[in-house]
Amino acid sequence: MPASFAPSADDLLRVAPETILTIAGTLVMILDPLFAKRFPKLFGHFSIVALLAAALGTAGAYSVQGAAFSNLLIVDGFATFFRFLVIAIGILTVLASYRYLDLEKAETGEFHGLLLFAIVGQCVMVAANDLMMVFIGLEISSIATYILAGYLRADRRNNEAALKYFLLGSFATGFLLYGIALIYGVTATTKLDGIRDVLNTPGNVPAFGMVSVAAALMFVGLAFKVSGAPFQVWTPDVYQGAPAPVAAFLATGPKAAAFAIFFRIFLTAFQPIASGWEPLIWISALLSMTIGNFAALTQQNLKRMLAYSSIAHAGYVLVALAARSEIGTAAAMFYLAAYALMNIGAFVVVIHLAGKGERHLRIDDLAGLGRRQPVTAAMLTIFLMSLIGVPLTGGFFGKFYIFRAAIESNLIWLTVLGLLNSAVAAYYYLRLLVVMYMHEPGEVVNNIEPLTPGLRAALILPAIGTFFLGIVPGAILNFAQRSTLGH
Amino acid sequence: MNLLDLLIALPGIGFILTLLIPRAQEKLIRTITLAFSLLTFVLSIGLITGYQTGQPGQQFVTDTVWIANPEIHWHVGIDGLSLWLIILSTFLTPIAIGISWRYIKDRTKEFFAFLLLLEFGLVGVFAAWDLFLFYVFWEVVLVPMYFLIGIWGHDRRIYAAVKFFLYTMAGSVLMLTAIIFLYNRAGTFDYAAILNGIASGRIMLSHSEETFLFLAFFIAFAIKVPLFPLHTWLPDAHVEAPSAGSLMLASVMLKMGTYGLVRFCLPMFPTAARENAPWIVILAIIGIVYGALVAMVQPNMKKLVAYSSVSHLGFVVLGIFSFTQMGLDGAVYQMLNHGISTGALFILVGFMYERRHSLAISDFGGVATAAPWLSTIFLITTLASIGLPTLNNFVGEFLVLQGTAQANFTWTIFAAIGVILSACYMLWMYQRVFFGELVDEVKHHMPDFNAREWACMIPLVIMMVWMGIYTQTFLPAITEANLKILDQSKSNAPLRVSLPGYRAGSAGAAAGGNAHAR
Repeated sequence: MPASFAPSADDLLRVAPETILTIAGTLVMILDPLFAKRFPKLFGHFSIVALLAAALGTAGAYSVQGAAFSNLLIVDGFATFFRFLVIAIGILTVLASYRYLDLEKAETGEFHGLLLFAIVGQCVMVAANDLMMVFIGLEISSIATYILAGYLRADRRNNEAALKYFLLGSFATGFLLYGIALIYGVTATTKLDGIRDVLNTPGNVPAFGMVSVAAALMFVGLAFKVSGAPFQVWTPDVYQGAPAPVAAFLATGPKAAAFAIFFRIFLTAFQPIASGWEPLIWISALLSMTIGNFAALTQQNLKRMLAYSSIAHAGYVLVALAARSEIGTAAAMFYLAAYALMNIGAFVVVIHLAGKGERHLRIDDLAGLGRRQPVTAAMLTIFLMSLIGVPLTGGFFGKFYIFRAAIESNLIWLTVLGLLNSAVAAYYYLRLLVVMYMHEPGEVVNNIEPLTPGLRAALILPAIGTFFLGIVPGAILNFAQRSTLGH
Repeated sequence: MNLLDLLIALPGIGFILTLLIPRAQEKLIRTITLAFSLLTFVLSIGLITGYQTGQPGQQFVTDTVWIANPEIHWHVGIDGLSLWLIILSTFLTPIAIGISWRYIKDRTKEFFAFLLLLEFGLVGVFAAWDLFLFYVFWEVVLVPMYFLIGIWGHDRRIYAAVKFFLYTMAGSVLMLTAIIFLYNRAGTFDYAAILNGIASGRIMLSHSEETFLFLAFFIAFAIKVPLFPLHTWLPDAHVEAPSAGSLMLASVMLKMGTYGLVRFCLPMFPTAARENAPWIVILAIIGIVYGALVAMVQPNMKKLVAYSSVSHLGFVVLGIFSFTQMGLDGAVYQMLNHGISTGALFILVGFMYERRHSLAISDFGGVATAAPWLSTIFLITTLASIGLPTLNNFVGEFLVLQGTAQANFTWTIFAAIGVILSACYMLWMYQRVFFGELVDEVKHHMPDFNAREWACMIPLVIMMVWMGIYTQTFLPAITEANLKILDQSKSNAPLRVSLPGYRAGSAGAAAGGNAHAR
C-alpha cells in the first residue's frame, strides 16, 4: 500500500476540538489589536463560543472513536471524558475572569488566547497515545500557563508566581523527558501500548533496572504536574501569586489533564511492572493527603489554603491510581470532575471577595458574608460541603468511589488513613463556614459589591453540577466506567 | 410511595419551601415550618395505627434503585425499633419549633428551615434499610445541627459546633470504611441481605475482620451516644446550643448512636459484639457513675442536665450489651424515655434562661413562689428523670437493671448506684433553684407559663405519665424487634458473658406489666 500522507477524514474529525480551539486562539491573537479597546468583553464571549464549538467537536470525535495519525492519538471514552472536562473548566474560567480582568483593566485578547492554547494542549495530552504526543501536549499547555501565571506584568506577586512555576515546571518536564528517552532506549518505541507489549514479552524484559529508573523519572515529572507530594512545594506559592482566575484554572485544568496522562502511562505502558510502582504511588498519596491537609489547617490566606487543599485532593486521586483497577480509574475520573466543579466554585468566591488588586484574601475577610450576601455564602457552603465530602454532593461520591476502589484492591490502611485525613480536612473547611456565618460582617463584606452576571454564572453552574453529581452520580460514573482504559 | 416515604419527604419539601420565602416574612416562615412539622407528626400517627404487631421484620417498605452502580437502594422500612424513634422525632420537632417561636429573632428563616432539614435526616436515619442510605442520612443530620449550634448558640458556640462536627465526622469516616468493606464482601448495601449473608455463612469474615468492622461501627456510634470517654463534645454542644438544638440533640440525635448499636453492631457482628461486651459494659458503668458525679457538682443547670444525659445513656448501652431480652427492651424504652424527660428538662431550662438570661444555679432561688406552674411541671419532669414509679424512666431503668442482673449481678449493683446519684443531683438542683430565698431578679423576671409554653409542655407531661403507666402501647412492638435482633446476635463462639437463655414471647411485655404494677 502506498504511503498516504494526507490524513483521512476520520482522523481530522478526531482532532476537531484541538483544531477549533487552535483557530479560535489564533484569531483572538490576530484580532486583539483591532478590537480590544473598543469591545473589551468581546474576546471572552468569543472564547465561550469557541469552547462550546470545541465541545461539539469532542462529541463529533467521539462518534469516530479510534486511533488517529498513525496511532499517535487515540480518541476513546477516556480521552473524550477529559476533553469535555477541560473544556468545561475553560468555560468556567472565562466566566470567572470577566470581572477580574475588568477590575484590573487588563482585558486583552492575549489572556483568552493563551487560555485557549492551554486547553488545546490539554486536549492533546488526554488523547495522547504516544510519549512524544504526551510531551508536546504537556508543553503546549505548560508554556501557555506559565505566561498566564504572570499575566499582570506589573504585579510583583504575578512575576514571582510565573518565575517559580516556569523554573520548577521546566525542571519537572526535564525529568519526564529524560524518562521518555530512557524508555525509548530500552524498548525502541514511544507508543504506550508498544512499550507495554515489550515489557510483557516473557524473557524479553531488557534491562529491568533501566525501565524502573525511567518509570521513576516519569513519576517525578508527573507528580510535579499534579502537585503530588513530595513534589508539591511550588503549589502554594504559585496559586497564591497567580491571578485568581488563573489559579482556579491551574488547580483544575492542567491538573486534570496531567492526571489523565498519569493514569494512561502508568496503567498502559507501565502496567506490566505495576507491582513495582504501586508502593511509590501509595506513599505519594499518603504524603499528599497528610501534608496538604495539615498544612492547610494553619493558613490564613484563602488562595494558599485552597492550594494546600488541592494538594490533599491530588492525594485522593493518587489513591485511586494506587488501586490499579478499572473502578479506580473510573473513580478518579468522577472525582476529578467533582473536584473541578467545587474548586472553581470556591475560587470564584475568592475572586468576588478579593476585589481590585486582590487585597482581601484573608479568611477573616469572609466575616459575615452569610448576612450580607446569603446567596454567595450558600454557594460557597455547597462547595465546602462537597470538599469536605458530605453526602448529596459530588465530592462525597467521588471520595466514596475512590475509597471503595482502594478497599477492593486491598488498600485497607491507605483507606483508613485517607478517610481520617478527610476528617482533619473538615476542620479547615468548617473554619470558612464559621467565619462566614458566625462572625459579624467586617469591613470587607460590608463594602462588597453585588455579584456580576459572569461570576453569578460561574457560581451557579458548578453548584448545580455539584448537586447533580451528588444526587444522580450514576449518569457520570457509568460513562466513566465504560470509558476506562482498555475499553 | 407509601406513608413512610411521605414522612421523609415532607420535612425535606418544607425545608426547600421555607428557603424560598423572602426573609422578611418571619411570621409566614414560622407558620409554614410549624404546619409542615405538625402535618408530619399527624401523618406519622398512621405508622402506629398501621403497624402490624406479630409481624417482626420491616413494614411500610419501599425499595427502589437510587444509584445503579454501585447498587444503592432507596430502601426504607420500619420495625418496632425504628417505629417509636421516628415517632419521637416527629413528635419533638413541632415542640422544638414552638419553643423557638419568640426566642429566635436573628436569621429566622435559616433557623426554622434547618429544624426541618434536621427532621428530614432523623426520620431518614431511622427508616433507612440500606447501609449507604443510612450513612447519607447520618451525615445529613450533622449539617443542620452544626449550624444550629454555631449560629444561634451562646458565647462559646463556635468552639462547641466545630468540636461536635469533628468528633462525629471522625467516627463516621470509620463507619464509612466499614460499610465499603462490607459492600466489597457482600456485593450489596442492603441491610437484610448482609445480615442473611453473615448468618448463612455466605459472607465469610475472619475473626480479625469481624473485630475491625465491629469496632469501626462501634466507635462511630459510641461517639454519638456518647459513651465515656468519648463524651467530651456533649457538654459543650449542649450548653452552647439554643434550646431547640439541645432538645433535638439530646432527645433524638443521641439515639442515633444507640439505635445503631442495636441495629448494626449486635446482629451483624455477633461474635465480636459479645467478645467486646465486657469492656464496653465497664465503660458504660463508668459513664453512669461518672456522669452522675460530675452532674452533681455543676454550677450550670444546662451542663448538669447534659452530664445527666451521659449517665442515662450509660444505662442504655449497659442494657444493650447485657444481651438479654429485658435489658434490650429496657434500653430501647429508655431511649424514648430519655428523649421525653431530658428533652423536657432542656426546654424548661431554656424557658428559665429566656426569663433570667442566666443558666447558673446560684442566680436562681425561690422560683416556686414566682412561677408556681413552671415549678410544678419542672418537678414532675425531675421526678420522671430520676425514675419515680408511675413515670416513664422507672420502667426503662427497671428493665435494664433486671436484664443486667440476669447477665451479671455485679454490673447491676454498680448501675444502681447511678439511679441513687441521679436522685441526689436532680433534687439538689431543684431545691437550690426553686426553693430558698426569693431573689429579687427572680421575683421580677420570672413570669409563669404563657399559652405557647403550656402547649409545648403538656404533650410532654402526658407522655411521661402515659409511658410510665401504660407500657403496653409501646413495648409489644419493641419486644418483637428486639427478639429478632437477639436471635440474629446469637453466635456460636464461646461466650465470655454468662448468659441465661432469654425467654421468648411475652417476657418483655410481662416485665413491662410487672414494672407498672409495682
